[in-house]
Amino acid sequence: MGEILEINGPIVRVRLPQVLTGEQVRVGALKLTGEVIGREGDDAIVQVYEVTDGLRPGDPVEPMGHPLSVELGPGLLGQIFDGVQRPLYTLYDLSGDHIARGLAVDALNREKAWTFEPNAALANGTAILPGSVLGTVQETAHILHHILVPPDIGGTLLELAPAGDYTLEQPVAHIQDEQGHTHKLKLYHRWPVRTPRPYQHRDHASAPLITGQRVLDTFFPLLKGGKAAVPGPFGAGKTVVQHQISRWSNAEIVVFVGCGERGNELVDILESFPKLTDPHTGRSLMERTVLVANTSNMPVVAREASVYVGVTLAEYFRDQGYDVVMVADSTSRWAEALREVSGRLGQMPVEEGYPAYLGSRLAAFYERAGRVEALSGKLGSVTLIGAVSPPGGDFSEPVTSHTKEIVQTFWALSKELADARHYPSVDWTESFSGYVGTAAQWWSENVDVQWEGLRGIALGLLTQAEELARIVNLVGPEALSPAQRWALEGSTLIKEGILQQSALDEIDSYCSPQKQFALLQLLLTIYAQGQKLLALGVPVQRLLSLPLLARARRYKTLHGNDDLARLNANALEIQVAFDALRAEYTKPGSAAK
Amino acid sequence: MKDREYRLASAARGGLLFMHNVPGVALGDRVQVHDHAGRIRNGQVIRSSLESVLIQVFEGTEHLDLERTWVRFLEQPFELALSPEILGRVFNGVGLPRDARPPLVSGLRRNVNGAPVNPAARAYPREFVQTGISAIDGLDSLVRGQKLPIFSGSGLPHNRLAAQIVRQAKLPNEESGFAVVFAAMGVSHTDARMFQEDFESSGVLSKVVMFLNLADDPAIERLILPRAALTAAEYLAFDLDMHVLVIMTDMTHYAEALREVATAKGDVPSRKGYPGYLYSDLAELYERAGRIKGRHGSITLIPVVSMPSDDITHPIPDLTGYITEGQIVLSRDLYNQGIYPPVAVPPSLSRLMKDGVGKEYTREDHPRVANQLYASYARALEVRNLASIIGAEELGEADRAFLKFAESFERNFVAQGENEERNILDTLDLAWRQLSLLPRDALARVSEADLDKYHTPISHQP
Ligand SMILES: Nc1ncnc2c1ncn2[C@@H]1O[C@H](COP(=O)(O)OP(=O)(O)O)[C@@H](O)[C@H]1O
Ligand SMILES: [Mg+2]
Repeated sequence: MGEILEINGPIVRVRLPQVLTGEQVRVGALKLTGEVIGREGDDAIVQVYEVTDGLRPGDPVEPMGHPLSVELGPGLLGQIFDGVQRPLYTLYDLSGDHIARGLAVDALNREKAWTFEPNAALANGTAILPGSVLGTVQETAHILHHILVPPDIGGTLLELAPAGDYTLEQPVAHIQDEQGHTHKLKLYHRWPVRTPRPYQHRDHASAPLITGQRVLDTFFPLLKGGKAAVPGPFGAGKTVVQHQISRWSNAEIVVFVGCGERGNELVDILESFPKLTDPHTGRSLMERTVLVANTSNMPVVAREASVYVGVTLAEYFRDQGYDVVMVADSTSRWAEALREVSGRLGQMPVEEGYPAYLGSRLAAFYERAGRVEALSGKLGSVTLIGAVSPPGGDFSEPVTSHTKEIVQTFWALSKELADARHYPSVDWTESFSGYVGTAAQWWSENVDVQWEGLRGIALGLLTQAEELARIVNLVGPEALSPAQRWALEGSTLIKEGILQQSALDEIDSYCSPQKQFALLQLLLTIYAQGQKLLALGVPVQRLLSLPLLARARRYKTLHGNDDLARLNANALEIQVAFDALRAEYTKPGSAAK
Repeated sequence: MKDREYRLASAARGGLLFMHNVPGVALGDRVQVHDHAGRIRNGQVIRSSLESVLIQVFEGTEHLDLERTWVRFLEQPFELALSPEILGRVFNGVGLPRDARPPLVSGLRRNVNGAPVNPAARAYPREFVQTGISAIDGLDSLVRGQKLPIFSGSGLPHNRLAAQIVRQAKLPNEESGFAVVFAAMGVSHTDARMFQEDFESSGVLSKVVMFLNLADDPAIERLILPRAALTAAEYLAFDLDMHVLVIMTDMTHYAEALREVATAKGDVPSRKGYPGYLYSDLAELYERAGRIKGRHGSITLIPVVSMPSDDITHPIPDLTGYITEGQIVLSRDLYNQGIYPPVAVPPSLSRLMKDGVGKEYTREDHPRVANQLYASYARALEVRNLASIIGAEELGEADRAFLKFAESFERNFVAQGENEERNILDTLDLAWRQLSLLPRDALARVSEADLDKYHTPISHQP
């Protein structure tokens, strides 16, 4: 037992001689949970995950003997937890509309029984390696939960429970380690969130994460196991991008961390996901989703913890051989929580109040992404996608600039595009992806070999159009050659017919890779056909007034993913329109003379 | 525990009182400071250690003779007394009457800080609120339980707009209108009177609770005022089942008071001297808006933020925009052209509109029409810009149509009378009259069915 010496917002100085840095403590009469973040002699500095109002100097403090850890086992899917993994539905039952303080609740339901199927390959007496699979629980119709030996335990299997129903507290295996110590293993285990879960080795990421968002998949791809950031000012569309990825991406598990953002955005997920179906499995989206929420009105210290809680859950599913996506909205709020704590500790700020270790913390966090061969021998991946909320939309601020150096895919959102309701407002000049080569291989094997070439042409058109727009703004549209005016039109067609994609449009919200390619091909065909006619002397005005151009902008919303035949049939319409024009201008004695 | 009284304040500056040798004081506790003149000031413990406590004094620490100042620790958090009688009353920032009527007697008292709403307890806001203002209803609709600030600048008519919203806001399918909680921080006497008279003349006064801190009132009181006001709002909404509209003006004065205290405390500044926790602090206020599962009432919050130097990237509007569910931005340009309400359309946004409009709430074409107006207006502004460089005569026919559209859109759609109330169907018809100035082919955001139904081109004049 120790005592409180000083309370300064979420930071409490306590006298607690033996406690370790990183250890959890219970503070005050309400037993608020906190974590030791520093030691000075007999004193410890504690950050408290709950509001500290009402604490008094002299109040008791109790060490808990372990660092902040999460419970990993069946029952995670479909749940919403707070930043330190307290289940919010349970808190709701216990304390109503508002979260009361000092509630200690198990993360996972202890009453529920799960049907356990032991791993048939294991016999008593066999050597069990850390992280191996003891058996399985069919957690949802699509997700088989692999019950793993904790990564820090191994030895000889003394006993494995037969198939049957078990609650989380009933042991399913006994293992004796080299020291002769017997471990009772249950359907769940704990893992400290600030320690990355170990794996055998990293593997190359080789398949793109298909998000169904054209500007992401086709222009700035991300790989399963990759790292990406979505920076943008408020209202640019960061949250919608992340929700879209959570909805439609071809990950098997999605961990959504609402870190210091709006409560209603989580409610949006909670209310909509159960009704939506995963386009890849046909199951309810909620069955593959775990939510971690520390909304902006919840205590700031738990915000710092929430991203670690989230990524540890992600790693746990990775270790079972799943492709997991974790999105964090927003990593800036996490960084601000770091700043807040470091400021209260009197640490020297280096840039905009942030501590010197901001960059290394960010890098270490993103390092937890990757495709690995897990201890279980299974291949799995964690893809990390962080939103960044730069103050004033200024990308040169510390969190954005550090993040930009770390990630491989950078989806820069633009206020100008968002203001014009060009969504997703991904700026094609500021964004980048270091994964295009790898993605191209997948596209050419699975969709079409021309993907990389067409992508290049489209991006080229967009870049050329930027230049032409500058000229127009100096001297007017008349200064452009017919070919240049057609290029401008071509780029507008790409923007409106491909890049813009409304998350709210029932047909267009998710676009399959095949449809993405078909659209790209159709619109570029229009552009190429027009170029040919220009060369034959067809006036650009004739091309610009083709009714086809307005129609082409609607292709995306007219034909669904399972209606590709009809979408591709538009090629005929395009051919007919251009043939007619050509005929007009190649006939002897035609206007083309 | 019994109250304790001490005299030993060791220093006072910037609204803070430092005291030594006051053992065991709880963080957040309420304090009364009796100064030498016999006046009582209200304070709150914001840091506490075995050796010393730090108190924030809401009436400020000016003219305190420390030798003759007594500090009383009330051993209780900062609470507000609540009963249905708060309606029609006027309070100051700490919840004391300002209307020369006796204080409220009630057994129900709540901590003004509230407690975080459990996200699992929230219900998603989705019922359309008609403000009768086209720029809002048509383009950036407000829904019940939303937090939608007005970003403005000094001298712009944000308070008039807020008052118009209070007068006109209607809840379709509800018999009763809104109850209003009005939180004024650092507003001028003139503006406060304008609101008061407005509430009176529109007959809502008996359903308004006012918390007033005027421009010449103590600045630090502004830190507690919105908390008291939101506590009242939560009581009305979630205990008494009312739909509550909270107007908070002006958040800039609130944030400035926060900076003042932060500086005095020696907190590490982040941008423009504001403390790093400004975001979380504002969020604690704004996130108290919303709807709760299984409760009839709701809190709709309209904070007014005057942007220093009209700069939307200034920390106060910036952090506000990161928390609220959109923003209505006012434009000095439009205002100078005589357009009221001078709503700058491109930067304005309602994030909750997507679920609150359309077939079920307004009209089927509404979301697409709003989208199209945005896209067309963005294009029109580009054309206008181009015209200013090369001259309007140089523009092609298509571009000239956009110029005309922009003009008419601003003059006829955005602009309207301060007492003019347009219902949503009129607003949408008006929107189509603007879109009809453009050719069908230029309108890819609406559906072909929409075009067939509503687009009525004006024939070209030779
Ligand atoms: N892809 C999209 N389709 C349709 N609307 C979008 C899209 N992206 C953003 N929006 C609109 O922009 C608003 C703000 O987006 P949001 O993701 O919340 O921004 P941020 O998180 O960057 O502040 C949304 O409420 C929605 O109205
Ligand atoms: Mg967001």
